[in-house]
Amino acid sequence: MKLKLLLLAATASFAATGAAFTEDLPACDNCADSMTVVSWGGAYQNSQVKAYSDPYSEMTGTKFIYDESSNEAVAKLRAMNEAGNITWDLVDVEGPDAVRLCDEGLAMEVDVDEILAKAPDGTPPSEDFGDSLISPCFIPQIVFSTTFGYRTDVEAWNGATPTSMCDIFDTEKFPGKRALEKRPKKNIEWALICDGVAKADLYDVMETDEGIDRALAKLDTIKDDVIWWSAGADTPQLLADGEIVMGSTYNGRLFSVIAEQNQPVAMLWDYQVFDFDGWIIPTGLPEDRLNRVKNFLYFATDTQRLADQAKYISYGPARASSAPLVGKHAELGIEMGPHMPTDPSNMKNFIVNNIDWWSSYSDDVDAKFQAWLAR
Amino acid sequence: MWRGGSPPRPHSSNAGEKMTSTTTDQIGASGDGIMRAADGTPLKRSLARALRREKLRSFLLILPLLAFITLTFLMPIADMLFRSVENGIVQETIPRTVVALKDWDASSGELPSEEVFAAFQQDFTEAFKNKTHTRLGLRLNYDEPGMSGLFRKSGRKATQLEPPYREGFIDIDQDWGKLETWRVIKRASPSLTDGYFLAAVDAERTSDGLQMKPEKERIYLYLFWRTMFLSIVITVSCLLLGYPIAYLLANLPLRTSNLLMILVLLPFWTSLLVRTSAWKVLLQQQGVVNDTLVWLGIIDTTSRLELINNQTGTIIAMTHILLPFMILPLFSVMKTISPSYVRAAKSLGANDWTAFWRVYFPQTVPGIGAGAILVFILSIGYYITPELVGGTSGIFISNRIAYHISTSLNWGLAAALGTILLGLVLLLFYVYDKIVGIDNVKLG
Repeated sequence: MKLKLLLLAATASFAATGAAFTEDLPACDNCADSMTVVSWGGAYQNSQVKAYSDPYSEMTGTKFIYDESSNEAVAKLRAMNEAGNITWDLVDVEGPDAVRLCDEGLAMEVDVDEILAKAPDGTPPSEDFGDSLISPCFIPQIVFSTTFGYRTDVEAWNGATPTSMCDIFDTEKFPGKRALEKRPKKNIEWALICDGVAKADLYDVMETDEGIDRALAKLDTIKDDVIWWSAGADTPQLLADGEIVMGSTYNGRLFSVIAEQNQPVAMLWDYQVFDFDGWIIPTGLPEDRLNRVKNFLYFATDTQRLADQAKYISYGPARASSAPLVGKHAELGIEMGPHMPTDPSNMKNFIVNNIDWWSSYSDDVDAKFQAWLAR
Repeated sequence: MWRGGSPPRPHSSNAGEKMTSTTTDQIGASGDGIMRAADGTPLKRSLARALRREKLRSFLLILPLLAFITLTFLMPIADMLFRSVENGIVQETIPRTVVALKDWDASSGELPSEEVFAAFQQDFTEAFKNKTHTRLGLRLNYDEPGMSGLFRKSGRKATQLEPPYREGFIDIDQDWGKLETWRVIKRASPSLTDGYFLAAVDAERTSDGLQMKPEKERIYLYLFWRTMFLSIVITVSCLLLGYPIAYLLANLPLRTSNLLMILVLLPFWTSLLVRTSAWKVLLQQQGVVNDTLVWLGIIDTTSRLELINNQTGTIIAMTHILLPFMILPLFSVMKTISPSYVRAAKSLGANDWTAFWRVYFPQTVPGIGAGAILVFILSIGYYITPELVGGTSGIFISNRIAYHISTSLNWGLAAALGTILLGLVLLLFYVYDKIVGIDNVKLG
C-alpha cells in the first residue's frame, strides 16, 4: 500500500514536471540517439538517472548508457585521447578534475550562457551558477561537502558529544579510532585550523615548508588512532560496524547512514569543506553526439532538474535559483533542506576547496604526506 | 669402404657436391666420408633442411600468438616504459624559447635577456591558441611546484603583451622575474630527461646539482625495500603453510585427497575482491576473530588486536590469496616422488626425520623453487589487496604506481617506478637462476 502510494506520487511528480518543460526543450537536429554518460555509481548516479536521464529519455527516446568510471575519468580520458577514440559523451567529475582536464585540453570549453537554460526569472546561467563556475570547461551540478560523522552511543565519552571539528584531535575527551582520508587535501587544512591558524591565513601558511610540517605535527598527535580511508564508502561502513567513533566522508554518504539506514550516527558540520561536482564534455566529439549532449545538458541543468536531484540525495544544487525548490526526499518523505550542506545552520564554519592552490602544490605536499604516513 | 682410389679428404661441401651424381644409390658413408640421404644429398644438409621446415612450420603456428602479444602486450609496455625518459613537450611547446635560452648562463644570477622573453611571448601565444600552455605548466610543475598555476594564470594576458616583454611578464606575475623559474625551464629543455628516474629513487636535480631529496620527502626507496621484505615474508609463510598440505594431498588416499584438493581450489576460484573483503570482516577490531577471542576470555574487550589496516593485515590476506600458487607446484612435484625411496631409506636404518630431510625433502626442492618464485613475483607487483587491507604501513610500491597513473597523472614517474620494479624482478630472477638454477624449477 505504502509502496503503491510512493510510486503514484513519484509518477505524478514526473508527469507534472515533464509536461511543464517539454515545450521549453529545444528540438534536437542531427542528434545521436544514444549517450554514454560517466558517473560515480551508487546512490549518486541513481539520483541522476531518476532526476535527469529517465525523464529525458521519456521525452526524446534517447538511450542512456552509464559507465561508473568517474574516479578514474581523467586517466581514462587521457588514454582515450591518445588512442584517438573518445567513447564517452558526458563525464561527471569533481571540480579539481575538471580544472585538470581543461588544463590538459581534454575537456571542451563551453559558454554556459549559450548552451544552458536561463533561470525561471530570466537570470542568465553564468550569474545563476555564480562561484561554482570554477573552470571554463565545467558545468556545475551540485555542491557537496566533506565533513565528519560520529557515533552517538560511545560509552567512553560519558555522554559528551563532539561540537567542534577540533574534537577530532581531542583523544582525551573523545577516545576511539577516527577515520581520515589517505590524502593530504582537507586534513592539512583541518590540522592547521585546530593548531590555531586563522582561516584567512590558511593557504599562506601552507605554502611554506614549516606550515606543512606544522600540520603533520598536529596530525602526529592522533596518528595512532587513525584509520586512513581511500573510498568514500569506507567511513560509513566503519561507523556502522563500530570500528571507528568518528570520521570524515562526503555528506551524502553520512546522510544515507543516518536517514536511510537509521544508524546511531550524527553529523558534525563544523568546518565542512565545500567542493563542486559537475559535467564536462570531452573534446573531439563528432557533431551528432555533441548536439545530443548539449540538448541533454540544457534539460538536465535547468533550475527544476537540479532541485529534483536533491530529492534523492542530500547534495545541494549548484544553481542559486534551485535552492527554494528543494523539497522532500522522494522515498523517506523528510524535508531535505536541513540536510543540505548549504543550509545556513550547517554553514557556520566552512572552507571552500582551494583548487588553484592544490593544483600547484599537491604533488609536493602529497610526497611529504605519504612519506609521513609511511613512517 | 672408399669408392675409387681417391684418398679420404677433409669434409667440404665442394667435395660433397662433386660426388653427388655417383653416389645416388648409397645410404651411409660415401667414398669421401660424408653421410648421405637416399637422394644423395649429404645427410647433414638434408637434416638441416627438414629441421628448418619443421621450425618454419612451428613458427607459423605460433605466429598469430606472437603477433597478438607483440601488438597488445610488448609494444604498449615498451611505449609506457619509454615515457619514463620522454620529454619532448618542452621543445614542442616553446621551441623558440628553448633555442634562445641556450645562450643564457643559468648561474650568472641575471634574468634572461629581452630576446628570450620575446621568443617566449611568441611561443606562449601560439601555445595558448592550441591550449597547450597549461599542459606544459603541468609538466614543469613536477620540477617546481607553482608552475602550473603560473602558466594557467598568465593565460590570455600574456598573449596580449606589448614590448618590452620582460617587464610585461613580471607585471602579470612576479614569478616570471624569478631566476628559478627560468632555470627550471632551461633544465627541462632537453628532449630526454632523467628527472623521473631520479624522482623514483628519491633524488632530484636542483640548481646545486644532483642530490637526495630532503629526508621528509623520501618515500620510494623505502617502499621498494618494504615491498621486497613483505614479499619475502609472504613467500616464506606460504611455504610453511603450504608444504604440509601439499604433502597430505600427495600421500592421502585418492578420495580424501580429492576432497582436500577441492578445499584448496575453491578459494582459488573465488573472486579476489570477495576474499579480501571477507578478511576485512574477519580481522577488524569488531570482527569475528576479535569477538571470538574476547568471548573466550583470551583478550580483554578494551585491548582488541589490530589485525587489519597494517602490515599484519597485508601478510595474512596475501598469504591466503597466494597459497594455492605454492601448493599446486609442490603437489605436482610430490606426486611424482616414489614412496619406495623413503621406505628404502628407513630399511637402511634412517629414522623418520633423516629419511624426510635427507631423502624426501631434496626431491621436493624443484617444487619449492617453482612455488616460491611464483608467489614472490606475484606478490611483488600486488596492488588491490594491500590497498584494501594494508592501511598505511602495509602498502606496496605498486600502490604508488597506481596512484601516479590514475590520480596524480604523473605517468612519467609511474613508468620510471614500473621500469625499476621490472628491472628488480629480472635481477632477482637472474640471481635465482645462479643460485637454484632455473632448470631445477618444476611446475609439474
